[in-house]
Amino acid sequence: MSTKLIYFAWVRERIGKPEEDVELPSGIETVADLLRWLKSRGEEYENALRYPDVIRVAINQEHVGHREKIAGAREIALFPPMTGG
Amino acid sequence: MAGVVPAIRIQREDFDIAAEIAGLTVGRTDIGAVVTFSGLCRDEQGALSALELEHYPGMAEAEIGRIAAEATERWPLQGLTVIHRHGKIAPGENIVLVVAASSHRQAAFEAANFLMDYLKSRAPFWKKEHRADGTEGGWVEAKEADDRAADRWKKQGE
Repeated sequence: MSTKLIYFAWVRERIGKPEEDVELPSGIETVADLLRWLKSRGEEYENALRYPDVIRVAINQEHVGHREKIAGAREIALFPPMTGG
Repeated sequence: MAGVVPAIRIQREDFDIAAEIAGLTVGRTDIGAVVTFSGLCRDEQGALSALELEHYPGMAEAEIGRIAAEATERWPLQGLTVIHRHGKIAPGENIVLVVAASSHRQAAFEAANFLMDYLKSRAPFWKKEHRADGTEGGWVEAKEADDRAADRWKKQGE
């Protein structure tokens, strides 16, 4: 099953695309696993995700922590801390 | 108060504060207090030409809806409207509006304050600066003070 990844703000700019569909390899169970795997996909990902602790994540449009399991996620968004208001 | 359905709008266009207040109060006699907060695009010493607000469509509405629903559970509100703009916004223009209506002022003040503190740290919006000299500004950095402001509303044990 493919998962839709969506990027915002400087995460989007550094990765160089707003979204993509990926086939997650087995063994990617949590958000932290996903970030680690993405980081290994190339220089642009390494550049965007160099400090994974600052990356905020939403699964199916709800905020989650990095220890959250990603099984069943249709849509996972990665973005910097928010600056609205 | 049970039954209040907050009105949440994410839009490119500006809003009319008086019209939004009227939308909550016209035809009613039970509202004793309306608190509005509006956030504007602020220039720093003439250096800024605009802010570009990026948002996560769908989640922006959903997350502000969750925050607003919590406000209606915590305070006896009779009406609640939250509007957040996106796109390019020039200094002096409106960015965000919260209108909270209640029988008494305290609930309206606190609910509006709570909404803004949570919205700052949880609503998926990001500001990028466009500078007056034509160079590209950076992404506005999140402030730790905004996270602390949201934390003070946490109930004991959270």
